[in-house]
Amino acid sequence: MSIVSVLELLPLIGVIGLFVLPKGSTTLVKQFAIGVSVVDLAISIVMALRFNRGVSAMQFVESRNWISSFGIKYAVGIDGIALVLILMTTVLVPIVLLAGWNESENGRWSPRVYYALILVLETMMIGVFAATDVFLFYVIFEAMLIPVYFLIGGYGRGERAQAAMKFLLYSLLGGLLMLAAVIGTYVIATNQIGSTFDVTALSGLHIDSATENMLFLGFFIAFAIKAPLWPLHTWLPTAAKSATPATSVLLLGVLDKVGTYGMIRFCITLFPHAAHTFTPAIIVLSLISILYGAFLAIGQKDINGLIAFTSISHFGFITLGIFAMTSQGLTGASLYMVNHGFSTAALFLVAGWMASRRGSTKIDDFGGLQRVTPVMAWAFFIAGMSALALPGLSSFVSEFLVLVGTFTRYPLAAIVGTTGIVLAALYVLLTVQKSLHGPTTPGNESLTDLNLREKIAIAPVIAILVFFGFFPKPITDVLNPASHQVMTHAGVEDPQPKAGK
Amino acid sequence: MTTSSNLVYLIALPLFSSAILLLLGRIADKWGHLVATLVSASTFVIAAVEFFAMRQRSGDARAIHQDLFTWISVGSFNVHASLLLDQLSICFVLLITGVGTLIHIYSIAYMSHDHDRRRFFAFLNLFVAAMLLLVLGDSYLNLYVGWEGVGLASYLLIGFWNQKPNYAVAAKKAFVANRIGDVGLSLAIMIAFAQFGTVSFSGVEAGVPHASTAALTALGAMLLLAAAGKSAQFPLQSWLGDAMAGPTPVSALIHAATMVTAGVYLITRSHFVFDASPTAQTMVLVVGAITLLFGALVGTAKDDIKKALAASTMSQIGYMILATGLGPVGYAFAIMHLLTHGFFKAGMFLGAGSVMHGMNDEVNMRRYGAIGKVMPITAITFGLGYLAIIGVPPFAGFYSKDKIIETAFNAGGAKGVIVGGAALLGAAITAFYMTRVIVLTFTGTKRWDDEAHPHESPSLMWIPMVVLAIGSVASGFLFNSGHAMVNWLAPVVNAAGIHDEKELLPPLTVSLLALGVVAVGVAIAILKYRTNVAAEAPEDVSILTKIVRRDLLQDDFNDRVLVRPGQALTRFFVAMDNNFIDGIVRGVGGVVAVSSTNLRKIQNGYVRSYALIMVIGVLALIATIWMVTL
Repeated sequence: MSIVSVLELLPLIGVIGLFVLPKGSTTLVKQFAIGVSVVDLAISIVMALRFNRGVSAMQFVESRNWISSFGIKYAVGIDGIALVLILMTTVLVPIVLLAGWNESENGRWSPRVYYALILVLETMMIGVFAATDVFLFYVIFEAMLIPVYFLIGGYGRGERAQAAMKFLLYSLLGGLLMLAAVIGTYVIATNQIGSTFDVTALSGLHIDSATENMLFLGFFIAFAIKAPLWPLHTWLPTAAKSATPATSVLLLGVLDKVGTYGMIRFCITLFPHAAHTFTPAIIVLSLISILYGAFLAIGQKDINGLIAFTSISHFGFITLGIFAMTSQGLTGASLYMVNHGFSTAALFLVAGWMASRRGSTKIDDFGGLQRVTPVMAWAFFIAGMSALALPGLSSFVSEFLVLVGTFTRYPLAAIVGTTGIVLAALYVLLTVQKSLHGPTTPGNESLTDLNLREKIAIAPVIAILVFFGFFPKPITDVLNPASHQVMTHAGVEDPQPKAGK
Repeated sequence: MTTSSNLVYLIALPLFSSAILLLLGRIADKWGHLVATLVSASTFVIAAVEFFAMRQRSGDARAIHQDLFTWISVGSFNVHASLLLDQLSICFVLLITGVGTLIHIYSIAYMSHDHDRRRFFAFLNLFVAAMLLLVLGDSYLNLYVGWEGVGLASYLLIGFWNQKPNYAVAAKKAFVANRIGDVGLSLAIMIAFAQFGTVSFSGVEAGVPHASTAALTALGAMLLLAAAGKSAQFPLQSWLGDAMAGPTPVSALIHAATMVTAGVYLITRSHFVFDASPTAQTMVLVVGAITLLFGALVGTAKDDIKKALAASTMSQIGYMILATGLGPVGYAFAIMHLLTHGFFKAGMFLGAGSVMHGMNDEVNMRRYGAIGKVMPITAITFGLGYLAIIGVPPFAGFYSKDKIIETAFNAGGAKGVIVGGAALLGAAITAFYMTRVIVLTFTGTKRWDDEAHPHESPSLMWIPMVVLAIGSVASGFLFNSGHAMVNWLAPVVNAAGIHDEKELLPPLTVSLLALGVVAVGVAIAILKYRTNVAAEAPEDVSILTKIVRRDLLQDDFNDRVLVRPGQALTRFFVAMDNNFIDGIVRGVGGVVAVSSTNLRKIQNGYVRSYALIMVIGVLALIATIWMVTL
């Protein structure tokens, strides 16, 4: 069995363990769940160390027949992009469990169910990035909706039921389109090469351009809903306002990346010609997302709504980088996915602590926190600096790579996208000013600063943001061969410098 | 090129010290300021050692290099973290570490009553580290890290007392204005990579001859935009006055001597771009000329001593930018003025801080008067800085500013007359507003009430002021004697050895002209402010005065053209998102809901049940197929 399968299965086994534990001990449930996720993290680190960085082909592959009559296989394997996304997942799960220690206690169901849902989700998140069988990918893509639906609807706040449904309906719409495209691709494959859902085999199909465009759109719309691209984004702020901080981190930080990951893995790899056809439109939508998300973020009064809209802006950068189809654009976009995961985690977790102490998520209800809760204020400030891509933090590297990679092919798009950095400064600093600076808002005088558990949860996130700001090479070295592979599939090369030597 | 392993310590030491002071928290309160000051002093020692070592080497072997590690390597985008110390950067390194250390020493006393002194020193160290990275980075991307790092330090220090809302606003304004400049720097780096396939200084310089003029002009324009943001040049100047919200030592170090001059560094470092694009060079010239007059005019109407000095800084940097716009003959004079300005303006800011320290933080010069009698050392050191900035021989500014005016006139044709005239006019206005500051603050009759007890500041504060005053007196002469500065920088900025082709005016004429207009400016200010200074600024003034008092309407303009339309646009988008885009979604959802209500009679229909059942159904179907085929 491949180490990837071990990684997938362990949280699932953990779920069984959760229900075997003696009744009534919530702390034990929490400790056990965190323990399982930490072991999974350790396994993923072992996997990363064994990963061969110079190779662009899938590694740790495993393939078993699943539904033989349709050629469906349980087939997994990872390249560099999948590796870093899986690592991000295994790092984030224990952190959000530790950070959201008390989140499970006000839910509709018991904490046990909450932790079971998150561990099931972890299995699926790893599985979705590792799947190399299109059908397997689709199944997990859809199945992931279920734990998230229950996490929002059962443990969220405010209008959680409506938010959960909006999320489900949107995703379902995308999922159905994708299902149609998956079946369509399968039919073509059956005629040309026999029954298979293997992504590598499918990438060699000859599809007439009208059909290819339709299939591309089926996948793309599903992914553009997942990693919301304007104008398919409105479920995200609603979900972020209602979900618990831990759920929000996993939803925006990891699950939404399945969308952008899918664009690279399936849209471009399977349908390169259609990808070229739709590139201008997608670039325009990306730019709209960048600016529109930023403007909406500036206009938010709810701190979680703000983080959601900054994410929409950032997803715009990621899709821009992907469809620029240059080395810098693709590697930058993949790195951006990871950095956004950590930077959004920092924002949601600290905002969650601020909100639970204050009993409000309104930005205007905070104020003067710098003097009352300095450590919490600093953590929020650093998360904010990461959101505006300050050089020295990892998000700068990815944002700059995306922009420079876009500029070499589409200078105008890069120029428009670059103006987003001014808006980012505004949405971050306005929020910092309102919530951390100024005189202490009445009601905030006696808020408590971060406790040890919270400090331990946030410290690794900040350390990661700083470390990879100066040393992004370990990640980019892993991503580069995979980006190169994607470009080869798409039949493109990097533009050459204009001024010849 | 020679390599060295010492350069990294210049950055690593203050960075490390800053991190330690911040992470240790209150434990370090007792000794944090001492550590920070010692670290700053040790960077100065390293800089001095490197400087003397550099002087020992011959002209073309002076630059040294240190390659640290591969920072980013993606496709052909390959950027190393590596440092370059050459004749140009050593000037800045000495200025930053020297003035920086003096200001650390000064701040020990100035901030002694502040609860957060340790944090203040941590930020100062962070600033020194970032500023050194800015001038030592050997590529535009390395520079960018320092560039934003100093912006961050500046933001943190302007907002050091951010519990006061307007101070927090000032900090944000500075950051955002700088970010507009950063768009320029980002795009410049992208242009450089797209054109030359590299973003290192040497790589871009080597590629310039192969690039089109249009590309070079675009590159130059973006670099100028970046410089305008960081150096408070027109049209991105509006943040500097508000930045005076920061503690006065910060104004002296960051917003006078070092950070705000980074734009001059950027343009001088990129001389090869501007030398190859006359259009970009002219833009630089125009921005410099406008700003030097803009800042000088604003300076005439300020009653707040720090804001008067800030307007002056803007104007003096305008001179430097103008000089860089004059091409190879101008760069050395720009740097020379930058260094002399570093001495006299930092000195005067520290003097202003000393006055404020003795006057319960009063900044309104109308409430000063006759302070020279009670604070003699402050008055004398400030006075020497004053003589330097207005350009009285043999003080520092005389040498550095006259050279700029002279070179401007020699630029030839109408251009030379216009920029030379602007520079000359600026000198007259400078003499006026600086004399006004001196007269209002140190001479005349006392206008402060009995609650203020102005007294000379402690030695930790006046010793740095004395050292800077010595620099204000002697540095110009030293830099100018035997064309020391011009020759020192020539291998970097003027390798071809270009000189003024023809002299429009001989140096002596220029000096006499300048002294003449300065005398007029001084005389008017003395006559006007010697007596009868009202405690409040008079209201019955001309419309022109009112406009100048409102900073030539810079904030009104930005407010109407940028801020308010931006806010309107934000409101529009928020409304659109809620009502239109999400409205369509809700509309579709509503239709489903209505039909499901109708269906409820035969089935128990909630949309979410359907939705969930659908997902589960799909999965169940798959499971069934699987089991059947087994």
